[in-house]
Amino acid sequence: MKKKPWFLSIAAVLGFTFLYAPIVSLIVFSFNESKLVTVWSGFSTKWYGKLLEDPQILGAAWISLKIAFVSASLALVFGTLAALVLTRFGRFFGKNLLGGMVTAPLVMPEVITGLSLLLLFVAMESAFGWPAGRGLLTIIIAHTTFCMAYVAIVVQSRLVDMDESLEEAALDLGAKPARVFFDVTLPVIAPALISGWLLSFTLSLDDLVIASFVSGPGASTLPMVIFSKVRLGVSPDINALATIIIVIVALGVAIASTQMKPARDS
Amino acid sequence: MGVDRIETKQTIATGAKPWVDQAEAPFIRISNLTKNFGDFIAVDNVSLDIYRQELFCLLGGSGCGKSTLLRMLAGFETPSSGRIEIDGQDMASIPAYERPTNMMFQSYALFPHMSVEKNVAYGLVRDGVAKAEIAERVAEMLTLVQLDGFAKRKPGQLSGGQRQRVALARSLIKRPKLLLLDEPLGALDKKLREETQFELVNIQESLGVTFIVVTHDQEEAMTLSSRIGVMDRGEIVQVGEPHAIYEYPQSRFVADFIGSVNIFEGRVTEDAENFVRLHSQEGGCDIHVAHGVSCTENQKMWLAVRPEKFSLSKEQPAGKYNFVTGTVDEIAYLGNLSVYRILLASGKNVRATRSNRDRHDAEAAPGWGDTVYLAWDDTAGVVLTQ
Ligand SMILES: Nc1ncnc2c1ncn2[C@@H]1O[C@H](COP(=O)(O)OP(=O)(O)OP(=O)(O)O)[C@@H](O)[C@H]1O
Ligand SMILES: [Mg+2]
Repeated sequence: MKKKPWFLSIAAVLGFTFLYAPIVSLIVFSFNESKLVTVWSGFSTKWYGKLLEDPQILGAAWISLKIAFVSASLALVFGTLAALVLTRFGRFFGKNLLGGMVTAPLVMPEVITGLSLLLLFVAMESAFGWPAGRGLLTIIIAHTTFCMAYVAIVVQSRLVDMDESLEEAALDLGAKPARVFFDVTLPVIAPALISGWLLSFTLSLDDLVIASFVSGPGASTLPMVIFSKVRLGVSPDINALATIIIVIVALGVAIASTQMKPARDS
Repeated sequence: MGVDRIETKQTIATGAKPWVDQAEAPFIRISNLTKNFGDFIAVDNVSLDIYRQELFCLLGGSGCGKSTLLRMLAGFETPSSGRIEIDGQDMASIPAYERPTNMMFQSYALFPHMSVEKNVAYGLVRDGVAKAEIAERVAEMLTLVQLDGFAKRKPGQLSGGQRQRVALARSLIKRPKLLLLDEPLGALDKKLREETQFELVNIQESLGVTFIVVTHDQEEAMTLSSRIGVMDRGEIVQVGEPHAIYEYPQSRFVADFIGSVNIFEGRVTEDAENFVRLHSQEGGCDIHVAHGVSCTENQKMWLAVRPEKFSLSKEQPAGKYNFVTGTVDEIAYLGNLSVYRILLASGKNVRATRSNRDRHDAEAAPGWGDTVYLAWDDTAGVVLTQ
């Protein structure tokens, strides 16, 4: 075998260290006995126990999970619809524009997304009184909008790969278009739907910036609580919490990426 | 044209030929059908009548509009203009899912998430047929296509030939009035392909369904069909029985497309009531054709001669018409026959076949570099005016 250039190996090691050293140290210190975050004094899981007794954290976690679940599900529906329109309705006026706009939230700075949504909600409230105030509902709406973009991308690529004659075959055999969608299209793109939903769920769970803009009293998500706690000083129970989140997110991403692999073609 | 005159002399072989019978009403009537994709004309003013229980082959090169024509019949494409009638019913306002047609797709289009059984049953399930009857008919159909043991498998676990048979079973299960097959055997190897061709003909005969089969394999079309429609750039250029298409092509395109052929360009030197004579610069020969052709003196025409119509010899034939001479350039020995490539003085290559009737005639057979004569009967060639 050809010898690998030494500088590539070094670059790889440096890169991975740069990416994962902080995470590894965080996980290691979440099992630290000491109250001082930077001093190792022995193995313990007491911070995980402590976490379970903190009502503020548990409440925020519950809110975050609810938001993530609802907005991932809504994003799944709307994102799939957008993908269907972009791939199955032939050419129509404004198709390219719509295609671009659907993916815009992916590259839009979160600050701008958050700010613009906040302004929209305020304007809507003063115009027709809905959504009344800011809280759970506004965060769900905000998360749905940006998660929808991810779902649309994932589902769209699957639809493009799908052999359209499958749908024609079902039509040909006497299925009406709606029937074709549920009997053929949906099962075939199911892996993309699963990965789109998981991606949305983790993205929503992660989000701090947009949630901070559109949240209101009584609706603090987990990342918001962590952030405010950290500002008062890092305590070891935050390490434990972060470790749990990392595990959940990693699992979500892992499952999503296995689903995203092209299913064995028939 | 003389070709027509000869054609009517043909005795009508056994078996019904509804297209010959003036009283017979066509089952499918395609009139002036055109399909544009933007500026591009994929199907150009096609008119075609197809009769009940025919196995009609659409033959043509890649991109000539065969699939598009089929897709219009199935209802997946809307015609730009023209009319399709199936069994007396105008199809214009009938969506794909209500048409009395079923299609077998070039890609098979089997539902990957359903078992073989479910795939085949799908059409019946959608029609609301009773469960017991579905089970019975599916089993029957799987037996017909020899897939009895495979009911529970997914399409991904089948071989190419098995998938193709599932696709066939699925398209037959509703007993459609018209079955459309888009290159049904395209993906199969030669042996399986030949087996399946006969299977198709058997199924067609036992079920009495009307088939339209798209193919670009001319041998397949010859084997399968009751009639062939040859397409070129969106148009149907000739329709006829395989034998007629092969022996009496009406244009150089058809002659060249079906089988191999030698075409000699020539000019009319004598135009009589019951014969014509041509002189061909290219062949370096004079041609006598034993039937009349409507033409004028000095008009440019072509004579098409199939390789097997030549008799090949080292001696000059008697008479002064209907032979060319050249040197043997290449010989391909195919067992049952040998294919010769003869180089004429004009530089034109001519293909001729010689059947290897005698095992010991190696002496008599012309060899490389020999000067040979290729002669043909005055009825063996086809005069083409276009
Ligand atoms: N949806 C479409 N939009 C634009 N052009 C098309 C479309 N479908 C087909 N065509 C064009 O129409 C022509 C005929 O296509 P068609 O699929 O009917 O060819 P075909 O005879 O089936 O060829 P093949 O033997 O390769 O399958 C082709 O030149 C193709 O590029
Ligand atoms: Mg085709």
